[in-house]
Amino acid sequence: MQVVSGQARPLRTVSEVSDEREQPNLYPDSGGAAAISMRGVHKRFGGITAVDGLDLHVPSGVCFGLLGPNGAGKSTTMRMLTAQTLADEGQIAVLGYRLPGESKQARLEMGVVPQLDNLDVELTCRQILTVFARLYRVPRSERSMAVERALGIANLEPRADTIVRELSGGMRRRLLVARGLIHSPRLVLLDEPTVGLDPQVRQELWSLIDGLRASGVTVLMSTHYIEEAERLADTVAVMNQGKIIAQGPPGELVSAHAGEQVLEVYGAPEKLAAVSQLASEGGWQSRRSGPAIAILRAETLDGSAPDGVLRPANLEDAFVALTGEDIE
Amino acid sequence: MSTPTEPRSAPRRIGRLEPAALAGVMSRDVAIFGRYWKATTFSSVVQPTIYLLAFGLGFGSLVHTVAHVKYVPYVATGVVATAILFSSAFPGMFNTFVRWQFQRTYDAMLAAPVDVEELITAEMLWVSLRAGVYGLAPLLVGIAFGLQPEAGMLLVPLIGFVTGFGFVGFGVTIAAVAKTIDNFNYITSAVLTPMFLVAGTFFPVSNLPDGVRQAAQVNPLYHCVQLVRDASLGGLNTADLGHGAVLLVFAVLMWRVAIWSLGKRLID
Ligand SMILES: Nc1ncnc2c1ncn2[C@@H]1O[C@H](COP(=O)(O)OP(=O)(O)OP(=O)(O)O)[C@@H](O)[C@H]1O
Ligand SMILES: [Mg+2]
Repeated sequence: MQVVSGQARPLRTVSEVSDEREQPNLYPDSGGAAAISMRGVHKRFGGITAVDGLDLHVPSGVCFGLLGPNGAGKSTTMRMLTAQTLADEGQIAVLGYRLPGESKQARLEMGVVPQLDNLDVELTCRQILTVFARLYRVPRSERSMAVERALGIANLEPRADTIVRELSGGMRRRLLVARGLIHSPRLVLLDEPTVGLDPQVRQELWSLIDGLRASGVTVLMSTHYIEEAERLADTVAVMNQGKIIAQGPPGELVSAHAGEQVLEVYGAPEKLAAVSQLASEGGWQSRRSGPAIAILRAETLDGSAPDGVLRPANLEDAFVALTGEDIE
Repeated sequence: MSTPTEPRSAPRRIGRLEPAALAGVMSRDVAIFGRYWKATTFSSVVQPTIYLLAFGLGFGSLVHTVAHVKYVPYVATGVVATAILFSSAFPGMFNTFVRWQFQRTYDAMLAAPVDVEELITAEMLWVSLRAGVYGLAPLLVGIAFGLQPEAGMLLVPLIGFVTGFGFVGFGVTIAAVAKTIDNFNYITSAVLTPMFLVAGTFFPVSNLPDGVRQAAQVNPLYHCVQLVRDASLGGLNTADLGHGAVLLVFAVLMWRVAIWSLGKRLID
């Protein structure tokens, strides 16, 4: 995991995150420390509370991963950052601009890759990119260069004049990413960018995201793929029921919430039930993991532990420990 | 995938109804139009031809003059208004609904530096510009059937633009409140059809019962028909200022209503 600066990024939990309320520098004039800052943000849809007192602080130049189960409020959060959804309560600033009043300026300088494909199926790749180059005010003289560059990002040069309806799902996804980068934004919102991509293209997208971050672009990425967050994100925030419940560099999240080692015990259902029972009596944190029971913080277990396979704890263990939900 | 180059940072202030945003949204319409212009042009020429044949030649053999106007010129100018209505209200309803709900194109554009007001205004401008130009088609067909060319006909694209702007706004508003695309059937049969018949398009409203005649006065299409007819047949007079004013008020009103009603749905 590449570290962007020498700054310490301490592990923070909810109570600590809320201490940011005292920080005065929430609305820097421009390009200051925070690319995104959300304070006490609430969003309700009828009876559903999608975002419930969210505090999110994304420093400039980092790749920030938003991890959470279905319905946690990740997409709603992303849409609030482009002012396509308006918060009921709370303050939001993006790239130093206050939302929703100055959201247009913020949108000019950020790129968005939505979760749901919203490409114009009747147009060709080149046409779509050209339209968006105009929408993002790329000057006329640079427009065709920007389009060619975006086609390169998407690896779609040979299909430049193919109408979108005739592209494969993965190609459409790549075009969607390229569209969000047409104007070389300094902040990119990626809402589950690698869904539906084959492993090779996913790898390519990962290196693209890494490249963005290396060139100083701030990335906010939501994902369901633990591996993606673990590999790419400098900081991961775990979101559940509209709140951030834990946040920190992936390694620190893992050790804080899952310990160092995990003991996986395999066996028949009866044996697993017994192990589960044993774990709860011993006060050990455990979870069902496929055909096994995984006992977290195995390094703290004494001789009474059952036989099993030791492996290092990972972000998935932490995620499940935090949200109580299995992922994927 | 290659790595993108250095980020460009160009912080600058941007305001309301920016030409660049309008042009960007309309460039998409132009690209789509480039794909479908043949079909659009075909139907906008063939439709008035059929009307002219059916009404002009059919009725024309029974009715020679209507309100002191020969029947073929009367119908040809009426069909202009019909063409304007259909080429603006229908795209207003269907294109808006499809792009917003099915293709989510509007969602994509609103993530860019384009606001709701710009998006809807640009879409309305494009449709009404097109409606203005296509409003000329029935006149050209009419000329082929013996209509006398007049300098005033050059005003028709302008009249069509203003009327079309109002009707596309009406269509956008309907799309914003429609639950499903099938709801448009109610509007088409209960609102648009009577509207285009009771406007002096194919028969004068003066012979209709009192209530209907008064209803025609609040029908923007009626004012469009009067204006187009007077302009195309060389009979512009002071009453046409009133017709023009009604159309302008209608256009501005529908513009604001469209932005308000769809805006509420686009931003949640
Ligand atoms: N426009 C809307 N109208 C009503 N409810 C909504 C709307 N948008 C989101 N919600 C609700 O808000 C909650 C959060 O949804 P959101 O899409 O933000 O979750 P998510 O974390 O992105 O989930 P996923 O991982 O499935 O994409 C869900 O309960 C969802 O049903
Ligand atoms: Mg989502």
